[in-house]
Amino acid sequence: MRLAGLSSLVAAALLASTSAYAGKADDTLHVAFTKEVENVDVYYTTAREGLILSHSIWDGLVHRDPASGDYVGNLATQWRWVDDTTLEFDLREGVKFHNGEPFDADDVVATVNYVVDPKNGVKAPKNVNWMKSAEKIDQYKVRIHLAAPFPAALEFLSSVVPMYPNEYYAKVGSTGMAKQPVGTGPYKVESVEPGRHFVLKKNEDHFGGPKADAAIETVDIRTIPEINTQLAELATGGLDLIWGVPTDQAQMLDAQGGFNVVNEETMRVGYMTMDAAKRTSGDTPMANKKVREAINYAIDRKGIVDALVQGSSEVINSACSPIQFGCDQDVKVYDYDPEKAKKLLEEAGYGDGFSIEFYAYRDRPYAEALMNNLAAVGIRTNLNFLQYAALADKVRQDGIPLGFMTWGSNSIADVSAILPEFFGGGGQDQSRDEEVQKAIVSGDTSIDKDARAKSYSKALNRIADEAYWVPLWTYGAYYAMSQDTNFKPTSDEIVRFFDVTWN
Amino acid sequence: MAVLVALTVSIISFSLLYLSGDPAVAMAGENADDAAIQAIREGYGFDRPFIVQYGDWLFSALRGDFGESYYFRVPVSEVIADRLQITMLLGLFSTSFALVVAIPLGVAAALWPNSIIDRAALFLSVVGQAIPSFWFGLILIVIFAIDLRLLPASGSGTWAGFVLPTVVLGYYATPAIMRLTRTGMLEVLSADYVRTARAKGLPAPNIVFKHALRNAIIPVVSLAAVQMGFMLGGSVVVESVFALHGAGYLAWESISRNDLPTMQALVLIFSMFYIAFTILADVVNAWLDPRLRVS
Repeated sequence: MRLAGLSSLVAAALLASTSAYAGKADDTLHVAFTKEVENVDVYYTTAREGLILSHSIWDGLVHRDPASGDYVGNLATQWRWVDDTTLEFDLREGVKFHNGEPFDADDVVATVNYVVDPKNGVKAPKNVNWMKSAEKIDQYKVRIHLAAPFPAALEFLSSVVPMYPNEYYAKVGSTGMAKQPVGTGPYKVESVEPGRHFVLKKNEDHFGGPKADAAIETVDIRTIPEINTQLAELATGGLDLIWGVPTDQAQMLDAQGGFNVVNEETMRVGYMTMDAAKRTSGDTPMANKKVREAINYAIDRKGIVDALVQGSSEVINSACSPIQFGCDQDVKVYDYDPEKAKKLLEEAGYGDGFSIEFYAYRDRPYAEALMNNLAAVGIRTNLNFLQYAALADKVRQDGIPLGFMTWGSNSIADVSAILPEFFGGGGQDQSRDEEVQKAIVSGDTSIDKDARAKSYSKALNRIADEAYWVPLWTYGAYYAMSQDTNFKPTSDEIVRFFDVTWN
Repeated sequence: MAVLVALTVSIISFSLLYLSGDPAVAMAGENADDAAIQAIREGYGFDRPFIVQYGDWLFSALRGDFGESYYFRVPVSEVIADRLQITMLLGLFSTSFALVVAIPLGVAAALWPNSIIDRAALFLSVVGQAIPSFWFGLILIVIFAIDLRLLPASGSGTWAGFVLPTVVLGYYATPAIMRLTRTGMLEVLSADYVRTARAKGLPAPNIVFKHALRNAIIPVVSLAAVQMGFMLGGSVVVESVFALHGAGYLAWESISRNDLPTMQALVLIFSMFYIAFTILADVVNAWLDPRLRVS
């Protein structure tokens, strides 16, 4: 509007560009992705942004209520365990895909049988390879056969196994689906510029399952890699909602006023891993339980959370996120006690301390705080700050003596998304404790809730007693939105566009 | 010659990328487990020897097939095409901006050495060389997008979106061109033939632009060609700050994703551009200076 006085060609171009500034006025929610989504076909992406798109475009058989954690019917209305490895679903009738194709058992069978086939190479096989096949019983009844008893089946079906239209997918394939996605969700896809720009339109014929009907007509998603630029766009009205805002920026924005700044906890946890299994060298101090206990006592977790991590972050005591099923927090607690740490080191024969290589890949200030805590008890660390891929590769190949890392569990609210990865005997398992491994396997393969909780509790207690990890803290995430925008974030970090409304 | 340069560049970059870590781990992403990584490793043949992997790529590339992007899972040519367009536009605008600002300033500085104009030009070039483009970009966003609301902070959808990135990237190239113009002009202006022209009573603008500048600008043309090549590959920061999604940013991201086919194709294309610009500069210089045509 300030440009009204100018009359040159340039001014005309600028005026045209101001039409992009929108929001409530033209019922378009402008949001930003930080990362380029490699593929909109959600079976071929591991990016969180892909999962976010998928929740608005497609539906799973069941839906997990993000607030209560309960599973309710979505594309299925009822389900039952026929036996340990067979789940039977009654499907919802009268549901139509965005292209008009009706939804029935054939779509479920086609989708499941496609994704479980290794030759189709879905990007995260773990999301689907717990299923063996799907079988049509009648038009609205299917059975999913599991590869082995898998208690987290409903969790996975609600989050990472959306149903595709069989005829459309057979015709266009994954490439076609990525260019013009077709689902049953509250939003239809209007346009896709791969990785950069997506436009979603309200699905007027949404079947009205547990997901709300879209309240906002259009969602316009641009990829803006630089968070400062996202903040500038938010300030000028070019964006209505952003997330992943760093703590200091979020606090500044909040103090400045004029925006809604919200912090919501996530499933990501920070931890220190130690080479208890002597993978890095035969005489590593980390193999000594007393040293590992000393490190646990040496870390002032609460101090670091209060001073640095802040937000909704909390100190954790066991090797998982408290939001996850099976995450027993009632284990041995190591309170901050540097004196005790020094005593334990002395008992272990390291009265003068020792030097050790320390690895980290993110949150450098936190890593440095941890190093200070260690230095205070005589453990001198040499920081190796690597890219995630390089560090994860190193852990898998040779192990690391001591490291600060984090894990987001793919937002799956079940400890089976974290324990087997770090204590199940795989590449990232730095303790290689058979007792722990056994307890995890028994939890992973039972479908009885109580028995599972007991097995995982056994594993977590042993991990805490042996001090294999230093469980650190949970991570919170900051969301910032314009005052017109109303959105309540959830701990699974999925931005459900259909839950966003205008104030 | 050009082909040899491109080939050498591609071998070096391929080896460097190959050494930078296991591509399978990077591709699988942060939450991937062992099985997923192993599947990728086998699926893409990362377990084969280095020479086989390189040979494979080279033979396809020679047929114009850059393969499929590991990350986007579509042909590399498809990924690159419109991004390259954005980067080329940006490079073209920025180089033009730099030339339009730098040459007149350089000429003015040479005509009145040690004057206020010369000092101001020197100041501008020192600042331009010293400011990190990342910071300069954000400052411009704060002023023009947030405070004045004149220009969008990001995006390549409209012409207006290119204004700030052009200024940032162009300003970075300005100092070198300006200083070179100034030095060249000072040298030429004291040459005998210019004195003769002056003695003949030719009008001053005629002497400066037709006789002096034409000779002084020859090294500037060569430099501008190099700068243009630099801007194509080196616009990473600017493209990232202004969310332009050009080829520079793609190249940068492809490195961290270990997306070898995309990386390789971009390196090849960038080196081709360098070669093309150098040739173009030679042609322009030959047109400017008939003496160069013989050699």
